[in-house]
Amino acid sequence: MNNLAVFTKGIFKENPLFVLLLGMCPTLGVTSSAMNGMGMGLATMFVLTLSNVFISALKTQIPDNVRIPAFIVIIASFTTVVQLMMEAFTPDLFAQLGVFIPLIVVNCIVLGRAEAFAMKNNVWKSLLDGAGMGLGFTIALTMLGSIRELLGSGSIFDFKFIAGDGILIFILAPGAFIALGFLIALINHLKRAGIKPAPTKDNK
Amino acid sequence: MKKKPSTLKNMVVSLTLIAGAAALSVGIADVVTAEPIALAKQARLEAAIRVVLPEFDRLEEPDTITVDGGELIFYMAYNNDEFVGTAIATFSNRGFSGQIRLMAGFLPDGTIYNIDVLRHSETPGLGDKIEHRKSTWPQQFRGQNPATFNLRVRKDGGDVDAITAATITARAYTDAVQRAFDALAGTR
Repeated sequence: MNNLAVFTKGIFKENPLFVLLLGMCPTLGVTSSAMNGMGMGLATMFVLTLSNVFISALKTQIPDNVRIPAFIVIIASFTTVVQLMMEAFTPDLFAQLGVFIPLIVVNCIVLGRAEAFAMKNNVWKSLLDGAGMGLGFTIALTMLGSIRELLGSGSIFDFKFIAGDGILIFILAPGAFIALGFLIALINHLKRAGIKPAPTKDNK
Repeated sequence: MKKKPSTLKNMVVSLTLIAGAAALSVGIADVVTAEPIALAKQARLEAAIRVVLPEFDRLEEPDTITVDGGELIFYMAYNNDEFVGTAIATFSNRGFSGQIRLMAGFLPDGTIYNIDVLRHSETPGLGDKIEHRKSTWPQQFRGQNPATFNLRVRKDGGDVDAITAATITARAYTDAVQRAFDALAGTR
């Protein structure tokens, strides 16, 4: 796989949210508005890229039997550092997202990429993979947040263009499931339309 | 380089080193950000006081009293040595999710000048309408004196319009304002 493909696969083909279905907890929790979704996506992207780079650099030094605790310690440290930095330098964003930042630690995407990619690839590719996956996650969360904010509050990025309160359920947790379900269906439809009949059974 | 085998020694050494380095970096980040975080909190507090009171040029040292298991902090404000009002950092534990902290500004006669939210974790899109930047809901308190304005939602026989689908949040908000007003009335 060339470097460009490593970076772009996370955006559509292996989008962590729509295709791999990882990281559901922050997805359903924070996407009640476009801004929250994007903020969470960017914070995750930052942690994911850094943890991928470090884990890839340390991969020969970590014995297999203790790799999971080692990953978690590294990821939790980066998350804590990000949280402190946000609290210090972007207090407004922190006031919005503060409670969700610690959740990055338990986000399956970060651990999943460490295990599935960074442990087997070099530092440069791991960086591209982390950034691409993070970008795909950010785009997915922003889309989901925009849809829910539009239907639930009649606005996008706090820019209101429909008067009134909107459909309440889209702000609440069930609305997240409904919107996500339709989005995944749409992505699957687009993928099917784009893929030519596979020559072999193995449709990779 | 060859991968390290999972012997006990390797595992202990590797995890100890990683945990040590992680602890060190978190510690450094904490020291570096301690001052900016304190400044940001202070700035936020001062901005909230400016929002909830008329113009002032001097704040007295804050007074703290303990009520209902929490702290109320009083900030007395003066303009050209004339007393212009009291900002009270108040709280309610009846929120939908966690404590709600407000800054309530009272004029010398007890009339509410304005109220601002310091911290809450209410449902985004519903309970967060208590923030000025999300809705006009909190404006209904301006210019009301809790001595005559019943600080309860209409459903409970008061004068406050509740928030659609977030009555619990509105109740907690009025609970916090009432607590501040009671404390203010008690100290005079």
